[in-house]
Amino acid sequence: MFEATALSERNRRIQGLIKTLFGLMTVLLALPVLIILGLLIYNGAPAISLEFLFSDPASQGSAGGIFPAIVGTIWLVAVALIASVPVGVAAAIYLSEYAPDNWLTRLINLAIINLAGVPSIVHALFGVGAFVIFAGFGRSILAASLTLAIMTLPVVIVATRESLQAVPQSFREACWNMGATRWQTIRKVVLPNSISGILTGIILEVSRTAGETAPIMFTGAAAFLPFLPQGVLDPTMAMSYHLFYISTAAVGVPDEMRFGTALVLISMVLAMNAVSIGFRVYLRGKKKW
Amino acid sequence: MPAESTSAASHMTDLDYRGRSWYVDRAVAALVFVGGISAVVFILGIFVFIAGGGLGFLFGGFEPGEFFGSLAWRPTSNNPTYGALALIAGTASVTGLAMLVSVPFSLGAAIFIAEFATGRTREALKVLVELLAAIPSVVWGFIGLSIMNPLIIETFNVPVGLGVLNSGIILGLMAAPIMTTIAEDALKAVPDTYREAAEAMGATKWQIIWKVVLPAGKNGLMAAVLLGVGRGFGETMAVLMASGHAVNIPTSVFDSVSALTATIAAELGETPVGSQHYEALFTLGILLFVVTFIINLTADLVVRGVRTK
Repeated sequence: MFEATALSERNRRIQGLIKTLFGLMTVLLALPVLIILGLLIYNGAPAISLEFLFSDPASQGSAGGIFPAIVGTIWLVAVALIASVPVGVAAAIYLSEYAPDNWLTRLINLAIINLAGVPSIVHALFGVGAFVIFAGFGRSILAASLTLAIMTLPVVIVATRESLQAVPQSFREACWNMGATRWQTIRKVVLPNSISGILTGIILEVSRTAGETAPIMFTGAAAFLPFLPQGVLDPTMAMSYHLFYISTAAVGVPDEMRFGTALVLISMVLAMNAVSIGFRVYLRGKKKW
Repeated sequence: MPAESTSAASHMTDLDYRGRSWYVDRAVAALVFVGGISAVVFILGIFVFIAGGGLGFLFGGFEPGEFFGSLAWRPTSNNPTYGALALIAGTASVTGLAMLVSVPFSLGAAIFIAEFATGRTREALKVLVELLAAIPSVVWGFIGLSIMNPLIIETFNVPVGLGVLNSGIILGLMAAPIMTTIAEDALKAVPDTYREAAEAMGATKWQIIWKVVLPAGKNGLMAAVLLGVGRGFGETMAVLMASGHAVNIPTSVFDSVSALTATIAAELGETPVGSQHYEALFTLGILLFVVTFIINLTADLVVRGVRTK
């Protein structure tokens, strides 16, 4: 009775074909990551040494190491985080815990979407106009970091709001019924239950911030500055801008150094992402509700 | 002890009692509200500063006919002209090719991840897509410059490998993860009951996808493509490095072009603050801001249309 008819047999074959086709498309899309990583490692690994990582560049970037660029990126990311995490977390707490469903909330959401969607070079123009010139910070870590902070603010807000909203409403209601205020509830119940998700978002922001180039190229990144920044008002070298500089403007840079720099940058960024992804998987396994 | 308990009791009955925790609560509410509206303040601030920077040019020197109709972007000549048509064409050609390359693959990948893949395969593919999205744009530009460029020169036997083809492929790869992720979310949002109902009627997997899931997730897929377009349109570093940066209307995919974003990035550094050229670059910024705003707004409205249905 349940024998395969010619029609169902044909259908089954077509199904298999379609699945293979879509699978192939997915593989073709995902494959470039592995190819790119492979090529960068193959071409760049020979350049990587302790000396390359920990010495100053020389001859306009065509020799020496990348130490000031690594340190500069750490500065930029750190200052950007100090500026954006408090604001972003506050915004997410407002949107998740306080905001009524009205026009203002819709406006805020629209602003967040646009903040994430505005081209990075427009953020750079804003950084030049607002921080470098208007606020008088000059080309400095401060100006560049604030530009980066505003640009990556949506990452923190969206990730934090998501993890706050993942805390079941009944947790809050139980706390309110004990007579706790809204803030007491947030601090003692909501935040402790979502802190790891917030951290995941912050790590993701670090990775985004470290890789950005356009927002910093006119606000604080320097092409060749073979010493370390002393404070937030100094300009600085940065990994992303350094890669741009040695692969376009600088002359006589050995290919190996370019690939090595790209490899170090992408390793920093992908390592952060891997941590963030691993963290998320771990959390999902541990979830209490 | 008795005095304390009576005062505590009076707090219980006095509904208007305002202790320290009440004031803290109010202060925090005000503080997070400030954080909440900061996004609005920042987007307004961006608009004000970009518009302010371009204002001098918009009201002196700016001619719509020249700006949108002329190919001559010669900001540094003695008699400077600011025709942005070639830059607009550059952006359009690169973004167009990128979409041609990545829309089918992204939607295909989204369908595979949402409808076919299960368990570990699904998780692994999602992680790979996420990592693809994480590669910084300057690294993409570097790949265009040092890997794609020689590859194109060799394969097609052309003198220069930097142009529409190179940056289009790079941009397609950059826009793909966003489109895949959003499209997959849209497909996942289609209720399983739809699929089960179709399956109960004897529909095959492909019939379910084609006749049920895709029509139901149509709006989300459209939003995904729109956001992909926005991503391509606004990308700066990769286009700057892989497009060859030559101001002209492309006649073949091997032609070098210059995009709106890349022009700002390439020229802002050598432009004196407040000069007409500087203001003209901010005017390009206004154009970019307005177009991306419209794209994002449309995508948001399209998605909202799904939710209210």
